[in-house]
Amino acid sequence: MCVAVPAKIITISDNSAQIESMGVGKKIDISLVPEVCAGDYVIVHAGFAIQIVDSEEAQKILELFENYE
Amino acid sequence: MNDKISNIINKIYKISAALPQINIMEVCGTHTMAIVKNCLRQILPSKINLISGPGCPVCVTSNSDIDNIIELSEERKNYIFSFGDMLKVPGSKTSLYEKRSEGANIKLCYSPADALDFAVNNPEINVIFIAIGFETTAPLTAVLIKRAFQNNIGNFFIYNIHKLVPPAIQFLLDSESKNNIHAFLCPGHVCAVTGSIPFDFIARNYRKPCVISGFSPEDILESIYMILKQIVMDKPSAEIQYKWVVKEKGNQYALKCINEVFETGRSYWRGIGVIENSGLILKNEFKNFDAKKWFKIKDKNIPEPKLCICGDIMQGKKKPFECLLFGKKCTPDKPVGPCMVSSEGTCAAYFKYEINKT
Repeated sequence: MCVAVPAKIITISDNSAQIESMGVGKKIDISLVPEVCAGDYVIVHAGFAIQIVDSEEAQKILELFENYE
Repeated sequence: MNDKISNIINKIYKISAALPQINIMEVCGTHTMAIVKNCLRQILPSKINLISGPGCPVCVTSNSDIDNIIELSEERKNYIFSFGDMLKVPGSKTSLYEKRSEGANIKLCYSPADALDFAVNNPEINVIFIAIGFETTAPLTAVLIKRAFQNNIGNFFIYNIHKLVPPAIQFLLDSESKNNIHAFLCPGHVCAVTGSIPFDFIARNYRKPCVISGFSPEDILESIYMILKQIVMDKPSAEIQYKWVVKEKGNQYALKCINEVFETGRSYWRGIGVIENSGLILKNEFKNFDAKKWFKIKDKNIPEPKLCICGDIMQGKKKPFECLLFGKKCTPDKPVGPCMVSSEGTCAAYFKYEINKT
């Protein structure tokens, strides 16, 4: 299952990061994106960030989801 | 329907007016779900024929592998960690779901890292993670194997059934007879890892358009329009529609992790058969993590269920409605073939969303 919702990196600690996506917080593994920084947006697959994504587009998509009723 | 979507649909109708029937295979199970859920097959011109491919990892897992995992679960000291969809897949006699209700130690995990953590915290038991999935999931497994290796974790194993997408597409193109695929809608998150380069051969060697697509209805429609444009201009290429996620070179670090831990080898795809170089095999230095080798599990020769046409469905040769079992003896509650088991399997998707539309 591919979930195409981006998540924002809030804080980083070693291999893991706290993320936030549509008001939901979660801890994920960031081993596969070693260059990731707090504030970046990532795509998460099965608890791992698999790619850092375009921040502007990620914000637009999150806004769309948030306004979707 | 929003303006942007109706605009793309108009463009698709306009550009396809002069074209013959176009068969487009969506390789990814999540695309299949998005297509049926949003009625895209009904919205599009009838000459755009969307066919589902072998892109649901659960669906292409052999029942012999399911039987092997069930055998592993019968040992009290073994804990099996699995993604949810695997549990209902029928082996030759039973499923992991039934085994669990009989008391076997089978745990669902959201992240494979949960399995390794459990192994670290419970050194007296054997933890076996069912390592299933394509290039999107393989780097996760690779990271865990590297971590377990570095930390000398002796009670963590994987039952490895990772597979690769491009060799399966090549197999379909080489064996193409009845399916006549004109173009491919390629999997967005596989390509987030691999990049677009491993898919270039589709355009270069077979002159078929291929567009790497996102998962929203708008993404899929735009990708279909991009495919049609390539056909009209006779300029096939591996184009990226899902640009905010997919880079041409993918995630180089994730690819490095895969290559450190795995090498390619032959792999059996349920309903299709053996495809050379389509599997990821643990390298020799990591062989002690291979549950099948460590616990000396031998493959059994188990035939596919009778009358089931999942193999033809996954190769785009037939649609679920052509199966005698579909919706009768084979339903999501009591699946016979693998395409009905996974929520992203073609038959399950058609059963849920298309059965009343024909």
